[in-house]
Amino acid sequence: MKKIAILLTALGVGVGVMAAAQADPASDLKAFRAYFQKKFPTVKFDDYANGFYPLPGMEIYREQWDAFNEFPPYELGLADGRKIWAKPFPNGKTYASCFKNGGKKIAQNYPYWDDGKQEVRTAEMDLMDCAKKNGATDKFLSADLNKDTKSRVQLAELTAAFYELSKGERVKIDLSKPGAVAAYEDGKKRWWKRRGQLNFACANCHMDLAGKNFGGNQPLSAALGHPVGWPAQRLGWARLETIHQRYRTCNSQVRDKPGKHGDKAYNHIQLYETYLSSGLPLTAPAMRN
Amino acid sequence: MHTPRRTFLKGTVALSVAGLAGAAGLVRAPRVEAAEWPKAAYEAKTVDDALKALYGSSQVTASGAIKVKAPPVAENGGVVPVTVSADLPNVDSIAVLVEKNNQPLVTAITMSGADPYYSTFIKMAQTSDVHFVVKSGGKLYSAKATIKVTAGGCGG
Amino acid sequence: MARQTQIRAQMKDGAAEVRVRVTHPMETGQRVDRNTKKKIPAHYIQKMTFALNGKQVAVTDLGPAISKDPLVGVRLKGAKAGDKVTVTWNDNMGESGSAEAIIK
Repeated sequence: MKKIAILLTALGVGVGVMAAAQADPASDLKAFRAYFQKKFPTVKFDDYANGFYPLPGMEIYREQWDAFNEFPPYELGLADGRKIWAKPFPNGKTYASCFKNGGKKIAQNYPYWDDGKQEVRTAEMDLMDCAKKNGATDKFLSADLNKDTKSRVQLAELTAAFYELSKGERVKIDLSKPGAVAAYEDGKKRWWKRRGQLNFACANCHMDLAGKNFGGNQPLSAALGHPVGWPAQRLGWARLETIHQRYRTCNSQVRDKPGKHGDKAYNHIQLYETYLSSGLPLTAPAMRN
Repeated sequence: MHTPRRTFLKGTVALSVAGLAGAAGLVRAPRVEAAEWPKAAYEAKTVDDALKALYGSSQVTASGAIKVKAPPVAENGGVVPVTVSADLPNVDSIAVLVEKNNQPLVTAITMSGADPYYSTFIKMAQTSDVHFVVKSGGKLYSAKATIKVTAGGCGG
Repeated sequence: MARQTQIRAQMKDGAAEVRVRVTHPMETGQRVDRNTKKKIPAHYIQKMTFALNGKQVAVTDLGPAISKDPLVGVRLKGAKAGDKVTVTWNDNMGESGSAEAIIK
């Protein structure tokens, strides 16, 4: 632990220039973008949609990422996801029937605040509810997604097919309702809270240390652009995964409890992060780390 | 009591295996056929042995006409992109060998019309030299790249 | 996940760039199953054959040190847009697959 403390001090990890004390989401957004523009003056705004690969110092990783993107590994899982999306339910309806515009060009508004249900809704939730409502009995609808990797990956592949229909659309999150702002503030509080044995907050790795390589083989992404590549495929995992699974793994990496897939806490963190990526184009599914 | 029983069983089993093997044609004379997967080469424990098993020789000459594209540091040792092309005449085979892998031969291509080019993703056990051997006009030429594989830091 | 064989073939710099990706575990036979504590049997593609308009142009031998869900790329100078490329593969457990594409 002492070694880590020394390492952190050497890397200049503090609470972060942007103390969590802004007045409202819009001000947060302005300060957030300004922080990264100052930190990486040569990186264009849209580049942040591509994870840490466009950051200075990441050129070696960027070349490999370009090699993978010539024929991305996630194409296999995505093909399976498209099949699930297109296959009719027992009653003859399809996933497209549950969504506005047949599911096309709407993912940029996810996750969203459902004022009627008074909760944040993610694409995974809407997809699963759609299937259940129409009599589907796929395993991933009832499996324990914390333990059943096969089912969770099926859900990730379906969600990837859904996001693919909105590729290139720019993130736009509606926080006009008070409930939405409350959920956003809860997500923000969690994002800035230190946790785990390593005592890191999301902000420490993804703002202070963004662009650095932790431990020699864990390059750290900037928080700006975090969610737009998900569901994504990590090289080591060799499969598409959900953003909640990435959040869980992150928590394990700082030696904290991974938490539960689909938890309200993760929905709120996802809402917070996605709002702060407003204006960036969706790239999901993508190769990420 | 035990010994006679064991011998009896051993004898029976041995006979059966040989019988099966003979019937299935598993015990057979070596065939010179391109369609065979060169098991001995893939199980060889050194670069030299693998080349001898694959090409009949491990005599290679370094050549600048072989272009290699490989990352100096692999993002993940299980998925390392490598691309090799050779500006040499009459290339009929290219092999990729990772020196520090337990069994260095990773893959090889044999051309009968395709370009002297090969691209794939390989697994590396640790930091190692990777050799690209090209058979051109009956002779072996090579180039190498050193690829670093770091142990996962915070990597999940 | 069903075994898929995906193939992409397009003209680039005067030659056809052909890339094939197969859903395959490429198991080395060294990994131990966490639950059964037994070694997971080796299961990997051994041969992948490429043909241009029905004529074989390349054979690639693969081993267990090729990455999971392998991607293999070859180039064909004698090809042109509209030609057909076929790939077939077989593994050490008797499984096989194939795919074809018209060069773009």
